[in-house]
Amino acid sequence: MTTDGATALGAAQPEEAAFAQPVSCGEPILQVRDLVKHFPLTRGVLFKRQVGAVKAVDGVSFDLVKGETLGIVGESGCGKSTLAKVLMNLEPATAGSVKYKGEEISGLRGSALKAVRRNIQMVFQDPYTSLNPRMTVGDIIGEPYEIHPEVAPKGQRKTAVQDLLDVVGLNPEYINRYPHQFSGGQRQRIGIARGLALKPEVIICDEPVSALDVSVQAQVINLLEQLQGEFDLSYMFIAHDLSIVRHISDRVGVMYLGKMVELGSDAEIYDHATHPYTQALLSAVPVPDPTARERRDRIVLTGDVPSPANPPSGCRFRTRCWKAQDRCAVEEPLLARPAWLTGLAVHDSACHFAAEREIELSAAEREIELSAAEREIGPRAAEREVGPSTPEREIGPSTAERQENEGGETGTPQ
Amino acid sequence: MTTIVGMPLLDVRDLHVEFVTRDGVAKAVNGVNYRVSAGETLAVLGESGSGKSVTAQAIMGILDMPPARIPKGQILFKGEDMLTMGKDARRKIRGQKIAMIFQDALSSLNPVLSVGYQLGEMFRAHRGASHKDAKAKAVELMDRVRIPAAAQRVNDYPHQFSGGMRQRIMIAMALALEPDLIIADEPTTALDVTVQAQVMDLLAELQAEYHMGLILITHDLGVVADVADKIAVMYAGQIVETAPVHDLYAAPAHPYTRGLLDSIPRLDQKGQELFAIKGLPPNLLRIPPGCPFNPRCPRAQDICRRTDPPLTQVVADDGEPVLGRASACHFWKETLRDD
Repeated sequence: MTTDGATALGAAQPEEAAFAQPVSCGEPILQVRDLVKHFPLTRGVLFKRQVGAVKAVDGVSFDLVKGETLGIVGESGCGKSTLAKVLMNLEPATAGSVKYKGEEISGLRGSALKAVRRNIQMVFQDPYTSLNPRMTVGDIIGEPYEIHPEVAPKGQRKTAVQDLLDVVGLNPEYINRYPHQFSGGQRQRIGIARGLALKPEVIICDEPVSALDVSVQAQVINLLEQLQGEFDLSYMFIAHDLSIVRHISDRVGVMYLGKMVELGSDAEIYDHATHPYTQALLSAVPVPDPTARERRDRIVLTGDVPSPANPPSGCRFRTRCWKAQDRCAVEEPLLARPAWLTGLAVHDSACHFAAEREIELSAAEREIELSAAEREIGPRAAEREVGPSTPEREIGPSTAERQENEGGETGTPQ
Repeated sequence: MTTIVGMPLLDVRDLHVEFVTRDGVAKAVNGVNYRVSAGETLAVLGESGSGKSVTAQAIMGILDMPPARIPKGQILFKGEDMLTMGKDARRKIRGQKIAMIFQDALSSLNPVLSVGYQLGEMFRAHRGASHKDAKAKAVELMDRVRIPAAAQRVNDYPHQFSGGMRQRIMIAMALALEPDLIIADEPTTALDVTVQAQVMDLLAELQAEYHMGLILITHDLGVVADVADKIAVMYAGQIVETAPVHDLYAAPAHPYTRGLLDSIPRLDQKGQELFAIKGLPPNLLRIPPGCPFNPRCPRAQDICRRTDPPLTQVVADDGEPVLGRASACHFWKETLRDD
């Protein structure tokens, strides 16, 4: 399978969990530190004065390791797309640093920026509006070569484009067709081919499959995974579909109101989430299994996401959180490893009261979890994964009771 | 409620809808049959272009005709064919007996009128209520769909509400005249998952309270599993499979349904290639002969390219027909058994 490299990375993470973050295996290709993007809110026509700011991204830090896929999930308005734009330097960062292979890239201009952009490319969400309807497919995919002629000299461009079409599974003879002659899935393949044209090392995918039909989504996901193996790409995969993110990602970051609230390997986030928001988000995802209907234990969050122009003090999730205490309004929790947790629950989480949720797994689910762990990481790792989770589920009656009560409270909206 | 026992609330029979376009006639719906009873939730599952929304629009009578036309079929509401009844009779049903919730609440609400005015319009137009009474009713409705501080917000405009709240207003509007049947066309597709959960819970609760029939049109297999009683899967304007929800997820009887279920990423398949249905949905101007799914079907034989399989009753191994199960596949037995 083409994702062998990626799987190996993902599998290695539980082992690395003991060491300082971020994942220490492999060099970080992108280092993001305290990245901030505020959009000013102004009043007045002639003399504009700033009356506030929409804090779209407000202090986000993470590393992207070579060859891995980092999934970013969160609701609309949480800043995930703004984050992508700032990383691409399509929007200037307000503060913070982005390093590509150790070299600062935020704030670059002109030819230096052009050189860096060759290595970081983007695949956009909507394949209907992100392709120019008046350009042929050949022109669309070949346009990056106009800006970076060193990648493919003029004479070789046509063959380069045809090769790319072939790589993404389109007929190379379609080079003179226009975007409207293709279906949504095929257009997204064209978008991916354009992203690959300059042989980048990092591709930022902003909701690459959410505009596609269910039966076509899987085709595009498979293509992305296959290309990752073939060209040794690192992906930042932004999406709101949590099951697809889990499938493709080695690590997952959860964003809420411009902050990263939890960051860890896919197993850490999906099976051992410790931040209340992540838990609510995961529990809200409808499971395609009607037998799960009765025993599901959904946290229904009340209210809506607060405005990013005026986020709550302290922890931004506290207005919707069932665990919130006075401390949460005063002291902002930092993204760090909670010292009081064990096993896979130990990963970055920005909550004062980080703890796993107690959910009774059915026997069937437990079996799937076990067999999946064995297949992926080998029997030794499976032992490790299941081992520590047993004590975690036995935090004691007090915790269980408290969570039950809270479950009851949050179960009735408003 | 005057539903006669044994008679479904809505009975769609052999419905055909076509669109006359410059390039030819697009056959959007080709012989759809389904029934909904009071208190029941039917999920219509399908990809874009499968005809699920067009069927709903035909039921509501909101298709633009032309370009659309209905060459064949019946839509029986409590035994009366809505396609042949007069305009006035139809108007009495639409909105009062059958209401619809649309996908995009922002573009379905009028941006220059307050939500209270728009909610009250239902009572003014259909019940002849005064402005004052209509507004009081609007506040009551907003309360019922749990919009906080309804009395203060009744004069707010749609843009002042969040996406989830706007969808609640759409639900309130559909509920206003206490209809017998609600058609929800992708009601939560534009919403975030946490808000989607709130809205779906609310819809299910209100449905139980009023004992309404609900047709839920969606492409989301997760939402369907959560709320539906029975499912109709559509492909290229036809129903390819119908089944009670548990049966369908346990063992699909049509290769298309099987493909859809298999293409959901599963926990035990991480790192492996996802199953993908090859190819693309057909162009409705040129639906392939035989079974419309045959060019994409792993099971396709010569017979599939020649004859279009009718929707046939699924029979269990002991010879007993399975209640409510039917599949439009020549090889449904093999598909069902193939696990």
